[in-house]
Amino acid sequence: MSLKKVNKIQPDNFEFNSNNLDLAKKILSKYPADKMKSAVMPLLYLAQKQNDNWIPLSAMKYIAKFLSMPYIKVYEVATFYSMYNLSPVGKYYIQVCTTTPCMIRGAYKLVDVCKKKISQKEKELSKNQQCSWVEVECLGACINAPMVQINDEYYEDLNTTKFSEIIEDILSDKKPKSGSYRGRINSEPENNRITLLNNKNA
Amino acid sequence: MLKDEDRIFKNLYNDLGADLISAKKRGDWKQTDELISKGRDWIIDEIKKSELRGRGGAGFPTGLKWSFAPKEVGTKPHYLVINADESEPGTCKDRDILRFEPQKLLEGCLITSYAVNAKVCYIYLRGEYFQEGLKLQKAIDEAYKDNLIGKNSCNSKWDLDVYIHYGAGAYICGEETALLESIEGNKGQPRLKPPFPAIVGLYGCPTIINNVETISVVPTILRRGAKWFSSLGKPKNTGTKIFCISGNVNSPCNVEEEMGVKLKDLIEKHAGGVIGGWENLKAVIPGGSSMPLLPKEICENITMDFDTLIENKSGLGTAGIVVINKDQDIIKCMARIARFYKHESCGQCTPCREGSGWMWRILERMSKGEASREEVEMLSDVTNQIEGHTICAFGEGSAWPVQGLLRHFKKEIIKRNNFNPLVKSNKNIPYLVDQHLLEEENAKS
Repeated sequence: MSLKKVNKIQPDNFEFNSNNLDLAKKILSKYPADKMKSAVMPLLYLAQKQNDNWIPLSAMKYIAKFLSMPYIKVYEVATFYSMYNLSPVGKYYIQVCTTTPCMIRGAYKLVDVCKKKISQKEKELSKNQQCSWVEVECLGACINAPMVQINDEYYEDLNTTKFSEIIEDILSDKKPKSGSYRGRINSEPENNRITLLNNKNA
Repeated sequence: MLKDEDRIFKNLYNDLGADLISAKKRGDWKQTDELISKGRDWIIDEIKKSELRGRGGAGFPTGLKWSFAPKEVGTKPHYLVINADESEPGTCKDRDILRFEPQKLLEGCLITSYAVNAKVCYIYLRGEYFQEGLKLQKAIDEAYKDNLIGKNSCNSKWDLDVYIHYGAGAYICGEETALLESIEGNKGQPRLKPPFPAIVGLYGCPTIINNVETISVVPTILRRGAKWFSSLGKPKNTGTKIFCISGNVNSPCNVEEEMGVKLKDLIEKHAGGVIGGWENLKAVIPGGSSMPLLPKEICENITMDFDTLIENKSGLGTAGIVVINKDQDIIKCMARIARFYKHESCGQCTPCREGSGWMWRILERMSKGEASREEVEMLSDVTNQIEGHTICAFGEGSAWPVQGLLRHFKKEIIKRNNFNPLVKSNKNIPYLVDQHLLEEENAKS
């Protein structure tokens, strides 16, 4: 269960733009006609994307009407799941994985870099209001530890110098390349791969 | 070591390309209609004979699970749900299947759907795997276009629709009933069992839920025969499995190996050895964070399969191996895992919601040497009060790693936390409300 604070300043109105409205209808078609409620999670994602990475209360009310379900149910879902942001996180949202497999490979050094370069506290916007960072639980890329997620992409096999460079890029609004930063391909063992070698050389 | 031709996931490292044409070259979707035409009973029987056990952690026999679904479709439709909510710390095998072998998964979905009478399949993907989701969606689109799934899939006269449903960062949604709640648009809080999902599942309809890896190996088993699959590994622990080796090793990796492979071989041969050499090994978590850790003495000879690990009071779980060497503080490592469980508890059952926080706070103090000797016993008591007193297995999952630590490293904890519980002066411990009772004056009377 994640503890989340709803932002104090809220926009008055929220509506899907025409593009998202089409997507929303497409999403609804995935579920049985009388089970519209199932679409609440994907629709919250759409709202979050449309509203610069966070969900205002008006969007929850809008989705509740859209799916003809009680507002409190939408609120419940939005506050339960940790990936829905209820207050602004900036254009670049950095999630540093610090669970044990990443921790023993130096994830807290990455946290220190964040503290130094972005903001002292997590979930606080940087000086240029462009990015924020947060410590998260396992992101499921343990063999590429330590790693961070920036918006939708994974940045793997990091060290402090490489990560500092990534943050510099972000602060000057350049999108860094995702993937491994130790030049390894996907999740194959470095140096001593002994399996499926015929495929590799094929 | 397993021979390359016996490996099921030939494209685990994406040497050959994940698209449909390359997948077909590797033998996916080859005469799938023939397999289906052999009938439901044959498919379920073959999977039963292969002794395939679920790869999602619990190790339940897959064929048996499928046979729980009603034989005939009644008034309610059947569903197949694929659990791709891979969030167990130390585990990242499904990610590579989704990225590089999506067609194996889809073919498995078709065969399984046919076997359990389902016409709709939902793949519950964890929200963080956004890029993997895009790749999987691309694979689904390719398969639809080639008429491999959809109306009259593969000319088998079976209609199947496959949809992805994204989660949103809740570990508990990997529990099957919480996952169903989540698809239904609720918060992910597990349901009481029975009724089991095979009878009352998604939208109250019969539902079969399987892990990504389980479903992905099904087509290969049927094609090469149950005999081949059961000849690999050990009796009752058959076949191959993807092991994820992470932590303090020289080259962390995913590798497919036979069940019952030696843990030492996995670490030394495939993962390039422990950083600082085998002698520098402190402990290994053998099956994702919820399984109790094993100290070095046990790691020397242990084999990786469900039953051997249970004998050693641990478990294979998801086969996410986390290697911890002597440069790390083992108590701190476990405290971090306890924090993970505190964060991810869904809050439904009191023992887990409150207990996971207690375990974290006690362990955090123990790692700093601020706990008293009595608290070691207290911690063990807390774990016993969580275990078995919750709706889902999360309670066990959070208590077992702590019990493992107490079982094997109690001496180390006691050595570090050897201080007198009496407080001599005011200490700034925010959660210790009754501090005055511990002050020497009051403690005596």
